[in-house]
Amino acid sequence: MEIHAKSADRNLLLELSGELDHHGARNALRELEMAVDAALPKKLVLDMSGVTFMDSSGIALILRAQQRIELLDGSLLVCNVPDQARRVLDAAGIGRLVTIR
Amino acid sequence: MKTKAMNEVSLEFPSRSSNESFARSAVACFAAQLDPTLNELEDIKTAVSEAVTNVIVHAYPDAIGTVQLKARICPGNVLELTVKDHGRGIPDVDKARQPMFTTGGEERSGMGFTIMESFMDKLTVRSVMGRGTTVIMKKKLAPRLKKPQ
Repeated sequence: MEIHAKSADRNLLLELSGELDHHGARNALRELEMAVDAALPKKLVLDMSGVTFMDSSGIALILRAQQRIELLDGSLLVCNVPDQARRVLDAAGIGRLVTIR
Repeated sequence: MKTKAMNEVSLEFPSRSSNESFARSAVACFAAQLDPTLNELEDIKTAVSEAVTNVIVHAYPDAIGTVQLKARICPGNVLELTVKDHGRGIPDVDKARQPMFTTGGEERSGMGFTIMESFMDKLTVRSVMGRGTTVIMKKKLAPRLKKPQ
């Protein structure tokens, strides 16, 4: 699991790649929080296009990102979600809580 | 009564998080002989990942224990998966199965059992406090048309 961060004008783009399971999510959570703390974004985008596998650990990560950005009065967008990860998000009804495109 | 398996495999491994990916890949390799669709294979991998992660996070929170994983192919194109531990057990299984319920802190979403239920056809959870938990999941795979010889 890798996270690549790009930030400009309080927009933060996090590109996730690899397997987002419990093993991978531990470091990913830390990296996400560090990136958010450093950029203090108004808009946070999680680009999931490189995620090859995701289970409910990915839901926890997305919900954490949502909590963090709400504290900053910003918005979260989750985009480019691969099919398998999309089915996990749909099964959990996460689309009601988070903007997914 | 237990259905007679046409083929089966048993695995035992320590509850280290690095084995989550091993477990789902191993089951996917075994299930491949049922000629599953890509979606079915992904559903199976996701369910295995959830069950094994539960053992690692909840059954053995402060120690490394043993995870027992069994995959069986039963008549009617049914894959049966059993994930068993000898950990601390679940105090209230019905509560644990509710969406968003977790004792795992912010790292966990509480959606593990919901996803297992959603991605497999049947989920049975048996747990005895201090003795361990057994999760049994079944999924009937769509029969595939055989190619003409």
